[in-house]
Amino acid sequence: MSRPVSPPATSTTPAVDPLPTDLGSSRGRVLRSLLHDRLGVIGGSLLLLVVAAALLAPWISPYPPTQVHFETPFQQPRTVGFPLGTDDLGRDILSRVLHGTRASLQVGLLAVLLSVVVGTPLGLLAGYWRWLDGIVSRLTDLVLAFPFLVLAVGLAAIRGASLSNAAIALGLAHVPQMIRVVRAETLRLEGAEFVLAARTMDASGARILATHVLPNAVPSIIVQATVIMPAVVIGEALLSFLGLGIQPPTPSLGIMLSDAQQYIFRAPYAALFPGLAIAVICLAFNLFGDALRDAIDPGGSR
Amino acid sequence: MTGPVTSQDQSQGEFLRIEGLDVGYTTSAGQQQVLHGVDLSVGRGQTVAVVGASGSGKSTTAAAAIGLLAGNGRITGGRICVAGEDVTHALRGGDEARLRRLRGRQIGLVPQDPMSNLNPSARIGRQVAETLVVHGLAKGAAARERAVELLQEAGIPDAGRRAKQYPHEFSGGMRQRVLIAIALAAEPELLIADEPTSALDVTVQRQILDHLQELTRARGTSLLLITHDLGLASDRCDDVVVMSEGRVVERGPARRILATPEHDYTRALVAAAPSVAARTAPRTRPAVAAVAAGRRGEPPVLEVRDLVKEFRVRGQREKLRAVDGVSFTVPAGTTTAVVGESGSGKTTTARLVLGLEEATSGSVLVRGESLSSSGRARRRAVRRDMQPVFQDPYGSLDPTMTVEKLIDEPLRIFAVGDPRSRRTRVAELLDHVALSRTLAQRRPAELSGGQRQRVAIARALALDPKLVVCDEAVSALDVLVQQQVLQLLERLQEDLGLTYLFITHDLAVVRHLAHDVLVMRRGRVVEHGSVDDVFERPQHEYTVDLLSAIPGRAA
Repeated sequence: MSRPVSPPATSTTPAVDPLPTDLGSSRGRVLRSLLHDRLGVIGGSLLLLVVAAALLAPWISPYPPTQVHFETPFQQPRTVGFPLGTDDLGRDILSRVLHGTRASLQVGLLAVLLSVVVGTPLGLLAGYWRWLDGIVSRLTDLVLAFPFLVLAVGLAAIRGASLSNAAIALGLAHVPQMIRVVRAETLRLEGAEFVLAARTMDASGARILATHVLPNAVPSIIVQATVIMPAVVIGEALLSFLGLGIQPPTPSLGIMLSDAQQYIFRAPYAALFPGLAIAVICLAFNLFGDALRDAIDPGGSR
Repeated sequence: MTGPVTSQDQSQGEFLRIEGLDVGYTTSAGQQQVLHGVDLSVGRGQTVAVVGASGSGKSTTAAAAIGLLAGNGRITGGRICVAGEDVTHALRGGDEARLRRLRGRQIGLVPQDPMSNLNPSARIGRQVAETLVVHGLAKGAAARERAVELLQEAGIPDAGRRAKQYPHEFSGGMRQRVLIAIALAAEPELLIADEPTSALDVTVQRQILDHLQELTRARGTSLLLITHDLGLASDRCDDVVVMSEGRVVERGPARRILATPEHDYTRALVAAAPSVAARTAPRTRPAVAAVAAGRRGEPPVLEVRDLVKEFRVRGQREKLRAVDGVSFTVPAGTTTAVVGESGSGKTTTARLVLGLEEATSGSVLVRGESLSSSGRARRRAVRRDMQPVFQDPYGSLDPTMTVEKLIDEPLRIFAVGDPRSRRTRVAELLDHVALSRTLAQRRPAELSGGQRQRVAIARALALDPKLVVCDEAVSALDVLVQQQVLQLLERLQEDLGLTYLFITHDLAVVRHLAHDVLVMRRGRVVEHGSVDDVFERPQHEYTVDLLSAIPGRAA
């Protein structure tokens, strides 16, 4: 019960700063926890690999992805000059997989960003103001009831098939998920005693949402983003496979799969490698997302 | 570890013997030792209490003795003997069959939380019968019949019908009786009760403990009672073992420990135990009349008139009256305690006063002004005069904010001063609540429960309020910390002339702090008077009941 030893001079002279300054947040703890999770380390390493491949694709690819070698079609993997072989037009599969990964992540990032930017505010509003909840929830039901392929076809028909339109369709399709997660977090946090305390300080609803609810909901939003990401990557492959996404000759993992099915018995590896790339991307995000959730909320799992 | 204990006379009349027990937890920070050479013994038919604050290792000791340590916990040294047989190896997980025989048949466990320890989707009777079937004591219809008998013995009326019901149809006290029935089903020789009544109201707590003791006495079962409440332990146990920071600091007959504690920690614990102090310590607070006289002419800080709050209950046409015509006034500079059990409407009253709920009818006036009065400026002025301190120091502070930001927030909302003057004010407030200024950039997760509650108090004081509403503000804290926070509140009242509305279920802490006491039951005020009158000359039979349920009569 003894008072702390503090020279009274500091509290009266305004020239001296009475308090220490912020030393940083709990980021170190989250990082340490991630490094202790074996699956998290594997997922993180895979993720780094995938991101590096996507970023560096223009520089590390042996050939431009669209360069055709008519003299050497259907080269087996491990051929000199073509580590993963070539397709029917003699294009280098390694170069195309690297560029396809780049395109997949581009679509993924755009779509996730869209779902976060649209979903988070709607989720916050629906969770905090009950009268809005009915409206927002019916709207999300509407989007959920609408098959996402129909949405994508419609968008492609109106605006033309392209990378950005695929991203918009995929992003919109995942907005309801984000709304639901943020709404649930808001409902949970709204009853928390620190929000009650803020209300007794006459804090406005906007202030409570911005300073108390949103910062505490960020971990859930990040985790949800890592869940949406692989779904979007697969979605992009699907749209491109159907010709509704990225247009040839721009390489995309989905287009490569679509092309490869015509000669699947002659050159199965032409389908194998892009398929593998999709699997690795999804695995990386799933593993890392799981580990991230455990690291951010250590009380949740154990 | 090394086979059965050979010397029989050593374990004569002794059922459980723990020698030099070390337990460690493996965490990301490495191995953390939580028990250091704990010695403990429970004789046949004896009742022993283990007392200590949270984190003292009392629950870990109990968990080790029944092989229920958390996944990362391990017995790293010492041994545990049951009925003269060394079972350390089995408890370490080396002998699954032996462990199963030990649990239930030899040692039964009554867990702390009756809400989460029953399967919500299985009928009560089946859950009791399951224990009998698992241990091969009965089958089919015989098990079902025996289960009903056990429930009856555990004090559940109309057990035959109740056995067909689900846990959600039982109250907290009734669920704890079910858990006692389950623990006793296989007729163990030792019952470990880990804070069996901490989650229950005092009057229910007394019934449950009385019944538990009757049952164990009748059967000659030994009882190891784990509790944080020294008063409760001394009432009901032959021997008391006091633990602190993973070590046994003192042991002996209950009366001796209470009367002449030897270890410093025990002495502090005895002095702090509110249930004991409530009966022994003389009143030091001036009477409310004296305080009020010094401020004659000042209007009461809080005036509550005919407050009513009705809730609509799902599936029922009649509305529930949580608060039913409550009126009282709190004079400036005094403390009024609102006491009652769960469901008495005391917390709803606090929320109505704070304006967190809309009253169905009636009014709340803070210095003559109402929160519902029109005009944002006046409403803000009322808010400024009245600040809360909530029960849960873990829940009432935003975990993403630093201590400085937390205390600073009300100042920012009310746009008081500039950033520099606000920092000075935060430093001053930290001094007020006796927290080091070096803690200003910590986040709540890096603080202890007591420190957090001090931050919450500092935040409540930031705007110089007249009235502080403490909703169970010390209920979640350990006794020693609780005493410190109560002393802090008392000092702040004297220094700053604060008025407190103090909501609590714990009559014992009231005597320390309150001038007036309001006893609530089922939404109504059943008694209202000065602390001395309520404690010494209670008028209502419910108050008498509440008072006699405070443990610590042995003192």
